[in-house]
Amino acid sequence: MAQMMYRDAVLSTIAEEMERDPNVVVLGEDVVGGMGTAGGPEAIGGIWSTSTGLFAKFGADRVIDTPISESAIMGAAAGLALAGKRPVAELMFADFIGVSLDQIWNQIAKFRYMFGGKTKCPAVIRMAYGAGYNAAAQHSQSVHQILTGMPGLKVVMPSTPGDVKGLLRQAIRDDDPVIFLEHKALYAMSGEVSDDPNFTIPFGHARLARAGEDVTIVSSGLLLGFCEVVADKLAAEGIGCDVIDLRTTSPLDEETILDSVEVTGRLVVVDEAPPRCGLAVDICALVARQAFASLRAPPQMVTPPHTPIPFARELESAYLPSTDKIEAAVRTALAWR
Amino acid sequence: MQLSREALLRAYRQMKIIREFEERLHVEIQTGEIAGFTHLYCGQEAVAVGVCEHLSVEDKIVSTHRGHGHCLAKGCDVNGMMAEIWGSREGLCKGKGGSMHIADVDQGMLGANGIVGAGSPIGVGAALAAKLDGKGSVAITFSGDGACNQGTTFEAMNLAVVTKAPCIFLFENNHYSEHTGFEYAVGTQRDIASRAEAFGMKVWRGDGTDFFSVHDTMREVLDYVRAGNGPAAVEFDTERFFGHFEGDPQRYRGPGELDRIREMRDCLKIFRANVTGAKLLTDADLDAVDKDALEAIENAVVAARAAARPTPADVLADVYIAY
Ligand SMILES: Cc1ncc(C[n+]2csc(CCOP(=O)(O)OP(=O)(O)O)c2C)c(N)n1
Ligand SMILES: [Mg+2]
Repeated sequence: MAQMMYRDAVLSTIAEEMERDPNVVVLGEDVVGGMGTAGGPEAIGGIWSTSTGLFAKFGADRVIDTPISESAIMGAAAGLALAGKRPVAELMFADFIGVSLDQIWNQIAKFRYMFGGKTKCPAVIRMAYGAGYNAAAQHSQSVHQILTGMPGLKVVMPSTPGDVKGLLRQAIRDDDPVIFLEHKALYAMSGEVSDDPNFTIPFGHARLARAGEDVTIVSSGLLLGFCEVVADKLAAEGIGCDVIDLRTTSPLDEETILDSVEVTGRLVVVDEAPPRCGLAVDICALVARQAFASLRAPPQMVTPPHTPIPFARELESAYLPSTDKIEAAVRTALAWR
Repeated sequence: MQLSREALLRAYRQMKIIREFEERLHVEIQTGEIAGFTHLYCGQEAVAVGVCEHLSVEDKIVSTHRGHGHCLAKGCDVNGMMAEIWGSREGLCKGKGGSMHIADVDQGMLGANGIVGAGSPIGVGAALAAKLDGKGSVAITFSGDGACNQGTTFEAMNLAVVTKAPCIFLFENNHYSEHTGFEYAVGTQRDIASRAEAFGMKVWRGDGTDFFSVHDTMREVLDYVRAGNGPAAVEFDTERFFGHFEGDPQRYRGPGELDRIREMRDCLKIFRANVTGAKLLTDADLDAVDKDALEAIENAVVAARAAARPTPADVLADVYIAY
């Protein structure tokens, strides 16, 4: 085990997989940083420091700095993957999927099925998502809601450096397209990371971050940590919470959720995306359909409201889920029989 | 064409207001009081002002993430903008947008934009509306040397040519898109305008650090577009004095580059040398404007600090339905 930051877990996993497999190729805007300038390649590197040093090590053919052209980046990832490579394409901000959506949605996601199972498309699309920096409506969004709804994509949302390592390695080795969502506010988080060069975490297996018998809290990404804080506080009052970290929203580990709710009878889903047609609704529906008899309270959702993300500090914090809102939802669930 | 004394003073004041606005933000951001991402326009003032001095409120502009200069030049209220950047509910967008999303449609300013390349097609739409209205108005879309590589820009240029939209594609080449040099990212090296030419547009090029170069070029461009000849494109070579965003260590720049461009390529110094050299204005005239601009910005900051903060209930204002 090594101690490492979330962003370094991203970088080191990509570097290790590039070392192991010459088919792994990185592409994106400023992934080299400094191309065509006096400072030269890697003068600064990418804005998240998740590709630092790759260019020096693997060269321009495998670390491709692109102009601002998200549609072409995703299309090129699709072509690279169909032609036998393993592209790891970076979108600087998840919000920019808007520019490149056709290539992700109508192309990458559909090849395997639409071509009768004859092809694979092992593309990894990494992106930084999430709010908390007052970056306003076009640089703060959580996009798993949209992408999870698209058949053909695997969607991963790690909440710790250790999970980044296992899930990103799995993503790069996986033969299907994987959306890999990195929360901006987690990049500087430190944690234990496996140093086994073949450590992977299979998709569709949630992690039990806290165990308890009174309430089931389901979350992922940044907000998972908020749920742990609430669970620890309530534990001191003798209230036990299962905190389930989904890790992947597609495939979804239905079993872990249902098993937990069968014990607790109470569900709180905490999600950073807006409430309509999203992950929280999806999980509430799963539990209502398949664990109805176990429920002792209506499923609770903690999400932002159905609005774009506002800029001002006061507005963004009122918009976002918080530990107070999560605690209130848990107490609401407990107030039933 | 010789500008009147009033027109010269006005143009200088506009540039100086933008300069002081940005220099002040650069300082204020370091205190942590201002939230979010801020991209400063400092160094490029002659472009925004040289363009917008020709426009009426009926003409529309579409801006970028580096939008403060375009907004101020097009007539957005200084205090309203400062309050917006401070996140006040008295800001131009009630604190919902911030630096990257300032807009004032009443002034013909259709928005700064956080999505690089999103503005060009919007400009074509505004130009088509102007064509329908038939009053000779135009739309101008500002793009950088980075934004010019987006597919949206190419699609918009072709659509404008095909529809003969009175749209002007204005490229501000400040040599960098984030940390990448335009010589790497723009395949037609040193030349964005030639791309527009390939789409079938008449193009112009000018020195974006010289107000008179911009202003004279734009007179020709606007005469051409207002006369119903369809779209046109212009490329201005310019400089950005600060980092891509506030906090950028700028290690991609060459040694002494920032000092050199501040010394040699500062549009305010160049303007002053020109007008005093030609005895159109005196140093005292310009110093008075400097003092006035500084005061206006100081007042805007004081007002922004004191302006009302938004409340949690404001999150749900201006939606058509709340969930
Ligand atoms: C669709 C999209 N891709 C990437 C970005 C990130 N980004 C913001 S500004 C910028 C560089 C833009 O360069 P340029 O068009 O030259 O404008 P300048 O910053 O020089 O004013 C990039 C890559 C973005 N905001 N939107
Ligand atoms: Mg630029």
